Amino acid sequence: MQIDDVTSYERSIAKYLRQDRLPHIWCAGCGIGPVLNCFLRAIDSAELNPDLVSVVSGIGCSGRVAGYVKLDSFHTTHGRAIPFATGLKLANPQLKTVVFSGDGDLVAIGGNHLIHAARRNIDMTVICINNFTYGMTGGQVGPTAPLDVRTATTPYGNFEPPFNLPWLLHASGASYIARWTVLHLHQLELTIVEALRRPGFSFIEVISPCPAIYGRMNKEPEGLDSLRNYIKRSVIKHGAGPRETAIDHKGPIVVGKFLDIDQPTLQDHLIGVAAKAKKPVKK
Amino acid sequence: MPDNGCLTGEFFMNGDNACAEGAISAGCRFFAGYPITPATEIAERMSRRLPVVGGTYIQMEDEIASMAAILGASWAGVKAMTSTSGPGFSLMMENIGLGIMLETPCVVVNIQRAGPSTGLPTLIGQQDIMQARWGSHGSYEIIALSPDSPQQMFDLTIKAFNLSEKYRLPVLIMSDEVVGHMSEKVVMPEIRTEDLFYREMPQKGAAGYLPYKTNGSLVPPMAIAGQGHHFHVTGLTHDERGYPVMTSRAQDQLITRLVDKIRLNADDIIMCNDYMMEGAEIVVVAYGITARIAQFAVKQAREQGIKAGCLQLVTLWPFAERRIGQLASQVKAFVVPEINRGQIVYEVERCACGRARTLLVPHSGGEVHKPAIISAAIRECHADR
Repeated sequence: MQIDDVTSYERSIAKYLRQDRLPHIWCAGCGIGPVLNCFLRAIDSAELNPDLVSVVSGIGCSGRVAGYVKLDSFHTTHGRAIPFATGLKLANPQLKTVVFSGDGDLVAIGGNHLIHAARRNIDMTVICINNFTYGMTGGQVGPTAPLDVRTATTPYGNFEPPFNLPWLLHASGASYIARWTVLHLHQLELTIVEALRRPGFSFIEVISPCPAIYGRMNKEPEGLDSLRNYIKRSVIKHGAGPRETAIDHKGPIVVGKFLDIDQPTLQDHLIGVAAKAKKPVKK
Repeated sequence: MPDNGCLTGEFFMNGDNACAEGAISAGCRFFAGYPITPATEIAERMSRRLPVVGGTYIQMEDEIASMAAILGASWAGVKAMTSTSGPGFSLMMENIGLGIMLETPCVVVNIQRAGPSTGLPTLIGQQDIMQARWGSHGSYEIIALSPDSPQQMFDLTIKAFNLSEKYRLPVLIMSDEVVGHMSEKVVMPEIRTEDLFYREMPQKGAAGYLPYKTNGSLVPPMAIAGQGHHFHVTGLTHDERGYPVMTSRAQDQLITRLVDKIRLNADDIIMCNDYMMEGAEIVVVAYGITARIAQFAVKQAREQGIKAGCLQLVTLWPFAERRIGQLASQVKAFVVPEINRGQIVYEVERCACGRARTLLVPHSGGEVHKPAIISAAIRECHADR
């Protein structure tokens, strides 16, 4: 099946897709596909040289993104996409490195790498699909799951408070932080373009439905149920402070661009180190 | 110092520093690590030296990240290394497996200390030998080298990079605290381009490149990021295209090749040093610092008229099974001293297959063997009827 044959896009993203790997593995109603679509459009809009874009994923449903993009792409180990991408970027600073993974991969098992990459302010864009669950393994509780939600491992309701990711990333030192839901595809695309074009560490959280597993257990059994929920609950608030961005079971989902600041990147500092190292030193 | 920033000449330095200089001479230009005794000196020297030669040093948040980062760097086309000791080596295991599966050249140095757990951080062990072989999950082959001196730390680090680039896998340098911290003369020759091996690569922009398609050899050419190949690699079982294939057939094809590329090239990879092996009836099989002590014991035994010799395993993995097998039908006994309670001895036993006695001389760690203990084992075997 050729994408171009069956649908018309305002711009063709087909050239960035590994069409010989379609159909993909994601369930009907899953949010990962639309986010991937936005990402590919954003690569086109940002006018990046696709030869220099590397996509690195970890493990899980969102971790499969690397396998569908026709770019240099790496499907690595659980939680370790960011340090892998760190090596890639540092060894060839010309590369545009994008980490595409899920909340469990990036925030639970990979949480330490996430905060340290933000602290370093390495040139890297992290797209975090947050569906509040471990979809690939059957819907266990994740580090962003709101209190009281039902999952395969919280049959009596989740008893652990979740991470507020924008706050975590803000405190860790990221330069750019945004959040959208898969309802906000236009804004998401523009945000990814902005993130790809800017230096430093950018983090984009995308609230995404998992109807087949998480949704089924939490009264959103269709993807559309989640979208209706996003219409009802999402509030656009650019520049929202970290304390405003927590997500609970029923309250508002604050979305928008929360942080966009210029600060020296890891590469800037490393250029300084190289200059100092090449000066003769006194023994 | 030549223009390329590599040291040449004679130096007095410790094994950790010699390892770092070997890496620089081998063309290593990326190092990611995490502080750990007794390997820290390697990271410290790399942090000083790499920026001078145009490379990049980064201290990661842990050893898991360090191992992941050197894999990433290698896929950007840069020779990369990390160094650690026991606890960090344990943390690296999963991504060593990723390195095996993606076929990623890189070098991992383990300056072994005594364990398990935190054990004796500042004192010697040779206790990660089986972990080096089997530590990551799955069925695979690995290459591990064992230096006995600062000089070998320099030489074998270069060798490790060459093997990793040639066979596309992480190569382990299984050193130890005593070799890492002892200072001796190290001669660093000028390393010429022809002394170094660099991975075979597809032509830039070559159409129809398949990441895991081999042509003749068992090692496929390796694309690097940013060259327009738009390739995909995955830790999942994959086909020639690098695409996941969840079948036992794909698994068998892939794993057989990953294993065969090492097993069928074992003669190219395995290095042993013979010491007084002419007519030896009692052969001490030893590696790393323990080989030097064994050689002393062998020399003493020869002076007492006992036909002893020492076979030093410079390459630990793949194991020198053919050599041990040949010796087994010629000699009376193998004596195997190691600073653990028995690891390589099982390999020796396996290859001897009952044809010669195999006597372990164990040590729990914290210091090297006293030569007298090895001498006593040699005499015990000599006295056997």
